[in-house]
Amino acid sequence: MRTLTPRLTLLAGCLLLTVNHGALAGVLPEDRTDILYHLYDGGGVEIDGPSLLMRKQVAKNVSLVGNYYIDMVSSASIDVITTASPYSEERKQYSLGMDYLHANTTMSLGFTNSTESDFDATTYNLSISQDMFGDLTTLTLSYALGDDVVGRSDDETFSRDNTRQHYGVGLTQILTRNLITTLNFETITDEGFLNNPYRSVRYADSGSPLGYSYEPELYPHTRTSNAVGLRARYYLPYRAALQGEYRFFTDTWDIESHTAAISYVHPMDDWTFTIKYRWHDQTGAHFFSDLFSRPEATNFRGRDKELSPLTSQTLKFAASYEFMSDGWRFIDKGSVNFSIDLLTVDYHEFRDLTADALVGEEPFYTLDADVVQLFFSFWY
Amino acid sequence: MNTRLVCRLLLPFLAASGVSACGRIEPWVKPYERDRLADPIMFLDGDPVSSAYIQHVYEAREGARGGEGAAGGGCGCN
Repeated sequence: MRTLTPRLTLLAGCLLLTVNHGALAGVLPEDRTDILYHLYDGGGVEIDGPSLLMRKQVAKNVSLVGNYYIDMVSSASIDVITTASPYSEERKQYSLGMDYLHANTTMSLGFTNSTESDFDATTYNLSISQDMFGDLTTLTLSYALGDDVVGRSDDETFSRDNTRQHYGVGLTQILTRNLITTLNFETITDEGFLNNPYRSVRYADSGSPLGYSYEPELYPHTRTSNAVGLRARYYLPYRAALQGEYRFFTDTWDIESHTAAISYVHPMDDWTFTIKYRWHDQTGAHFFSDLFSRPEATNFRGRDKELSPLTSQTLKFAASYEFMSDGWRFIDKGSVNFSIDLLTVDYHEFRDLTADALVGEEPFYTLDADVVQLFFSFWY
Repeated sequence: MNTRLVCRLLLPFLAASGVSACGRIEPWVKPYERDRLADPIMFLDGDPVSSAYIQHVYEAREGARGGEGAAGGGCGCN
């Protein structure tokens, strides 16, 4: 629960089913295997581990996919060092999915389970895609149901449920022989125990030597969010690609955000290089406060820095090298890929309590993190 | 604007609503003209195992979720 990745479950399950095949409409996804090593290092948190994805067509119209993923976490984040003790833990997740192609329709089913010492998540998902108008248009409808069980590592009797439902509509459209776009709308509803059972909020307390004390955070038991995202990818005259992205997000906790990104892909012989810049800006949740005026000051209260107003920026560099392009035994081709994302998050209300300053006047916290991925891919 | 252009602009909305008021629509990008779109550099999500991971990093570090072609859940994590 305390890891970076407790709810990858729903994301992973759905992504397995919604792989975009570019302009290759009306076909099953390619048979491939990916072996990934991932590392997140920043803000006192280090998370690394492997991810294995395998996809294979097993009949004329059926493709199966499986994913196994591990997070190994070592955390001494700003929250942890100010209110708790550093910890280590491990999370394991597996996903299974199936795609069935009939004429221009692809139907997909999936299941994902994630377990760690104090958090268990199960997700079921389905989607249906229809290619239309000479395969220029692909319409996708998706639904996912997630059930989480939240526990506490220091209290075996603590158990809370959370149910999440996802509704998605996606439209991919070929506009010209050089331009493809996709528009996605997603609504997600949560109901249950949504806050972290370990995290606290702080409130002003003149009786404390620090000038403040802590109490458990308390979130609303429901949340509904809406997001609409648009992506466009353009083929440049000299064989390179340019992509632009934009997303607008809003939810019932009063978080509203704008996210934009631009990326450039440049192939060179067997190499492919990518550079990407991403910018995200959001308002904070209505119940977020870095310092409450007194205990139980409001009905709901949170000090999760991700619920603070913030601006994040990411610069990505990626390189991919293709080998065995002429095939070897049953393998058609392979590639080795490396990427690093340099992430900076500037929080506009969440303060750094490790700084020596008057209560409520500490500097705002800034997070710098490196996200590294190294993976091999094989097509067969 | 001619009828063909109107249909092209309205096509996504017609597709979404399941309604076609333009009659039979001829694909304006023929199959033999899609070689560039079939190039792997044009895939919107060429590496699903990688994009799933990086999307989750963003969802764990920001308050927003979804809208990027795959569903996601927010989390209150340290």
